[in-house]
Parts: sequence; C-alpha cells; structure tokens
Amino acid sequence: MTCLGIVALNTFREAVRDRVLYNLLFFALLMIAAAILVGQISIGIEHIVIVSLGLTSISIIGILISIFIGVSLVYKEMEKRTLYALLAKPVRRWEFLLGKFGGLVLTVVVNTAAMALGLFLALLYVKHSLDRGDLAVLVAVYFILLKLALLVALALLFSCYTTPILATLFTSGIYVVGLFVQQMKNMPEDLMGPAMAAFTRRLAYLLPNFDNYDVMGPAAHGQAIPGILILENTLYTVVYCAIVLSAAAVVFSRRDLK
Amino acid sequence: MPEAAIEIENLTKEYPFGFLNLKKKTSLDGLNMQVETGEVFGFIGPNGAGKSTTIKLLMRLIFPTAGGARILGKPIRDVSMHRDIGYLPEQPYFYDYLTAAELLGYFARFHRLTAADRKERVQRMLKKVGLETAGKIQLRKYSKGMLQRVGLAQAVLHDPRVVILDEPMSGLDPLGRREVRDIILDLKRDGRTIMFSTHILSDAEMLCDRVGVIVGGKLRGVGAPGQIVDMKTQGMEILFELSGAGNAPFLSQATRTGERYRLHVAEEELYAAIDQLRAAGARILSVSQVKATLEEFFMHLVAADRAQATSVEVSGK
Repeated sequence: MTCLGIVALNTFREAVRDRVLYNLLFFALLMIAAAILVGQISIGIEHIVIVSLGLTSISIIGILISIFIGVSLVYKEMEKRTLYALLAKPVRRWEFLLGKFGGLVLTVVVNTAAMALGLFLALLYVKHSLDRGDLAVLVAVYFILLKLALLVALALLFSCYTTPILATLFTSGIYVVGLFVQQMKNMPEDLMGPAMAAFTRRLAYLLPNFDNYDVMGPAAHGQAIPGILILENTLYTVVYCAIVLSAAAVVFSRRDLK
Repeated sequence: MPEAAIEIENLTKEYPFGFLNLKKKTSLDGLNMQVETGEVFGFIGPNGAGKSTTIKLLMRLIFPTAGGARILGKPIRDVSMHRDIGYLPEQPYFYDYLTAAELLGYFARFHRLTAADRKERVQRMLKKVGLETAGKIQLRKYSKGMLQRVGLAQAVLHDPRVVILDEPMSGLDPLGRREVRDIILDLKRDGRTIMFSTHILSDAEMLCDRVGVIVGGKLRGVGAPGQIVDMKTQGMEILFELSGAGNAPFLSQATRTGERYRLHVAEEELYAAIDQLRAAGARILSVSQVKATLEEFFMHLVAADRAQATSVEVSGK
C-alpha cells in the first residue's frame, strides 16, 4: 500500500472512532425517519417530500462533517505534534496531505452511502418498489459527494495555514458564495457599474460553483439527469480539487512546524 | 577515520517576529558538526539553546534559513533516507485513539514490512520497552513515561542505522531512564549511530562517545566528555593533615573535614603551596589533578553566555 493509502485508512479509522461522527449519523437517520412521517401525511406527494428531505439531510450532514472535520485535519496534527513522528517516516508532506484528504473523503462516502441507503429504504417503504426514475436520486447523491469532496479540499487548504475557527469561516463563506456564482456572473452593469460587474464576473469564474451540484428538483420529480451534466460535474470537481490540493501541498510543504 | 553519519554545515535558523515579522531571532547560528558512524553523540545544552531546533531541522520539520546537512551521505531533503533513520520527538504525543500496538503497526507500514514481520516487530518492540501487557490499551490512557517508551519503540521499530532522540530520558522515572540507557547501549552494540539531546549531564557522561555543547544557538565545544572538560578548568587538589591549631598559609582557603584539609590551588602554585604547608608541619596525604565535570563546564558556558547577553542588552540600551 502507498503512503497515501496508509494515511487515508488511518484518517478513516480516526473518524470512525470519533463519537461525533456517530451523533451526526444518528441525526441524519432521524431526519430520514422524519421524512417518512412527513411523507405519510403529504397525500400524493410522498415521494417528492421524502426525496427532498432525505437529500437535504444527507447534504447538510455531509457539509457539517466535511467542514468541521476537514478544518482540523492538518491543524490538529500540527498542534498535538502527532505529525512529528509521522513525517520522520519515509512520507512526503504532499502524500500525508492527500492521504488526509482521501481518508476524509472515504469517511464522507461511507456516511453518505449509509444515509442514502436509509433514504432508499424510506422510499421503498412508502412506494413498495423502486423504479428507473429513482436513479436520479442516486445521481443527486453522487453530486452531493462531489460537492463534499470539493469542500473537504477547501477545508484542508485552509487547515494548512490557519486555525480551525478561521478555516471554518473561510470554507463556509466560500460555500455560501459558491451557491450564488451564477447570479454573480449575471450581475447587471447598470446597477453595479461596468468595472465592478466585470470584477464580479471574473471572481465568479474563480470561485467554486456549488450551484452546479443541485439537482434536487429533478431528482424529487423522478426526471432523468443528463449524462453530460454528470460528466461535466465530475471533471469540474476533479480539476478544481486538483488545483486546491496542489495549493495546499505547496503551502504545507514550506511550512515550519512548531 | 570512520565516515560521518551526520554532517551539519553552517546550519542556521532564524525566526521572524515583531510587527510585520521584520525582526529576526536567531535560534541556531551557523552550526558545523559531525556525528561519526557507530558513535553515541550527546547534544547537550540548556533549554532554548537550539538542541531541538537542530534536530527538527535534521528531520525537516522546520526549514533552515541557511546551511544544510547530510545524513548517511544523503541531503536531508531526500525523504528516502528516512528509511534508515529513527526519530523520537521531544515529549512525544501520538494518536490517542490507537493502542500502542496499532500505532506501531501503523508506523511499520511506512517501512514496507510484510504483515508477519510487522506483527513480530511490534511485539518485540513492546516487550523491549516494557509495554507488552499495555499494548492493547488506547494511548489516551498512557502516562507521560509510557508515551515516551512508545516513542522510543516507534523510533527503533524498523532497525534504523541512525537514531535521533530528542530528550529521550525526559519524563521517565529512574527505572525508565535505565531502560532507555540500556536500549541506547544495545543500539550502539548493534553498530547504530545514535544522536540524542539531553540536559541530564550524567546520562551524557555515562553514554556518549562524544558530546557537543550548544548554548545560545552556538556550538561551544565538541569532543569526548573527558576531553571537552579538560579544555577548560584545570587545577590541583592537595589533601593534607594538620594537627593542632595550625597557622599554615592557604589554611583559610582549605575545606576542613576532621583533621584533614582539602586545598584547591592553581597548577602553577602547586609546589609553592606544598612547600609552605610542609614548613607549617602539615602532612601531605595526596595530590590530585582536579578535572571539571561536564556539568561544571556546561554551567561555566551558560553563565558566560548569560553575562554576554546581559552586556549586549546593556550596551544596546
């Protein structure tokens, strides 16, 4: 196994042994149970309510895990000096960093998969069967995972050079702004002025577009998600994560530990 | 002459501080030093002298402002040489959600050992550091001394050729210190090179082939513990008996124990002192050379460094 894989598995093990993770998972399952309950009293639109509530809870829990664990991934290792003995092994700093990324993404994948399973069980309970239209829910879950991977990369970048509190603020801030990237691109010039509008447009291209990943509406209505969107979002996430993680590696590789 | 296992050239570390980080504090100032293959090298100095900074620079935990170092002939930026190095950080702390056996197993994976080899080594190391019964307890329940032992186990787990230990005796009781000393001597017997930092001078005198004394970020002397102290304080001790109320010269400077007196004199004053004591009726029992201990040499350097720092501060004002 590569150094990257060894670090990733240990990061996953740490997350699994962390009780906070179980609490979050319990909370998510509770929300899905609530979705079933609400679905039962929503005559005719049970499917829409269950999928919307289920995907929302998966997304919120995933975001909480990604940000709150992500921002302390590297910082905690530096602060507690657990990194000292590790970096004395034949491990490059970027391998450690990518391992931490991989470990948290694996954690998020396992959690999301567990929650998605709960969602499909809820759907099965209400509808008594699953059909082709429910594949869109699976794609929506996949898009949530892509979004979470990008969030983990951003949290990791900030974790390399600032405190968890500031890193949480930065990551959350970028996430919120990233939900409105499309609006930033279309800022009216007469309202903002040409220079400001041009600046906002350019900034919008630099910021991660989290709005791309939102397909909750079509998924809830059982509409198929276009294959090209799946491809575009996958490539977008891979490229953006690569850029963010490269920046994190550069920052971390030059950093003096305390 | 044996090949150097660790070669340090002009290693310098400055830390920026103050408004906009414009001021610089020199933590290590142009360190030049070599540790020979197969020797036990003690790196001694007071707190803040630059011992841990040097070790962290060697392990690439921090980066030098100037200079560089080579370990086993490879520049320290070459991560592959870490296969042959064992390192114990100062006051080590490990993943507290793991047991000692899990932690050692985790670290062993980086050295590409087979599963069977990993298992055998982990058990052997736990036994070696006296933790075989505590191997399955999570590290969060370990005392400081137990963590130190785990740290030592992970440092030597992969049979490294060079072992660098930062304050290995710190936090250990006398029994633990003795066990660490035994491990260091075992490693030496196996032909390993050991460099360790300490401020416990008796350990350094007992274990080291050579020591390097660092004070205020500068290396003040390198050599065998005996040789290094000879460089400084020299003197003679005269042990004599004098019955009755003597009025011998030097008597006021001597230390009396019963009928016996001990008198310290400079080497060039020895014969004059003996003559005068004999003339006063003293019986000379022995004359011996006074050798300063490593501790005295060390304290002398620290005092000189502090005096210099104070004078710089005063003149700066």
